[in-house]
Amino acid sequence: MAAELHVALVAADREVWTGEATLVVARTTSGDIGVMPGHQPLLGVLESGPVTIRTREGGTVVAAVHGGFISFADNKLSLLAEIAELSDEIDVQREERELERAKAEGDAHAERRADVRLRAAAAR
Amino acid sequence: MGAQLRVYKRRIRSVTATKKITKAMEMIAASRVVKAQRKVAASTPYATELTRAVTAVGTGSNTKHPLTTQAETVVRSAVLLLTSDRGLAGAFNSNAIKAAEKLTARLEAEGKQVDTYIVGRRGLAHYNFRERKVVESWSGFTDEPSYADAKKVAAPLIEAIEADTADGGVDELHIVFTEFVSMMTQTALDDRLLPLSLEEVAQEAAPQGEILPLYDFEPSAEDVLDALLPRYVESRIYNALLQSAASKHAATRRAMKSATDNAGELINTLSRLANAARQAEITQEISEIVGGASALADATAGSDK
Repeated sequence: MAAELHVALVAADREVWTGEATLVVARTTSGDIGVMPGHQPLLGVLESGPVTIRTREGGTVVAAVHGGFISFADNKLSLLAEIAELSDEIDVQREERELERAKAEGDAHAERRADVRLRAAAAR
Repeated sequence: MGAQLRVYKRRIRSVTATKKITKAMEMIAASRVVKAQRKVAASTPYATELTRAVTAVGTGSNTKHPLTTQAETVVRSAVLLLTSDRGLAGAFNSNAIKAAEKLTARLEAEGKQVDTYIVGRRGLAHYNFRERKVVESWSGFTDEPSYADAKKVAAPLIEAIEADTADGGVDELHIVFTEFVSMMTQTALDDRLLPLSLEEVAQEAAPQGEILPLYDFEPSAEDVLDALLPRYVESRIYNALLQSAASKHAATRRAMKSATDNAGELINTLSRLANAARQAEITQEISEIVGGASALADATAGSDK
């Protein structure tokens, strides 16, 4: 059995991250799920939240994913999200401002988006 | 300078200015086509993965969903027409509109009511001018559509298809858009988007008869399908919007290229005419001088006698 899986994290308008990984942890609607090489074929609905990818080199990639799907088969894992960004791409100060603004305006969607981004950035 | 020559010179100047403008528009459009094509390519991984996932659910379970069930009698159909906000693109918009009208006529001949949804100011203007009913329209993003725009367009359509026919819902959804085949060829075509036939999707995803693994669904096949199908529709609409945008820019480029060529030709013809006019003027002046001189010579020769 191969000791790594091929991960493709794709957003609707671009490919965010691809590479080899040893472990991927994502949050589905029924709870956190960890996928390692050789997992049973899986298709799940993702919650908004950070996704953690442990890469082959031992590094960790964290991405903020806003809804989407996880699908795994033949050691190929795809994370599909309408919007996804890597934690390095997230501007913490901007998101904090965004969170404040969303809270003040009572915009639940924007608040959740900013919150997910901040959590992903914190896990970096 | 003679009056005629002046008129020619003026016309040459004005055509040269027009040529410069069309040339610039051609080059802008050319760079936008490339950009739009890149966007189409960037959206492909998502679309492919999504198609695979839909196929996996479709083949791995016998789940029924309003977006995949064919109504027994189709009472009302929705037609989504994608046009552009701006013209100067040759027959791009009129081809799309023509295709939509043909489709509408066909559906009406089958006894269905047709609800029209339009993207782009050009299509909307066409329908408004003829005082035809448009259920909803969107504009302002046709040059560079984003995924959020596709979501905005898809939301009311999905809502309409999920609603009961008696409450104003629709039974099927057709989309009319311009497919980007190549830089030179773009064809307006119509496609039935909903209800989705899972078999067709499966064929698209694995034409070589590739066998998909048996998936574990999390939380359940129904929930996955529930979440997947709207995304699939959005992604299809997004793809159509992107192709439409690429086609529009390609059509603009072609239209502007022929305008530039025509202007060049016109300048050539006008310069020839101007040259001829100038030459005629010179000839006339010479013959006037010669005529005057010989008249004088004749006069003096006459007085000598």
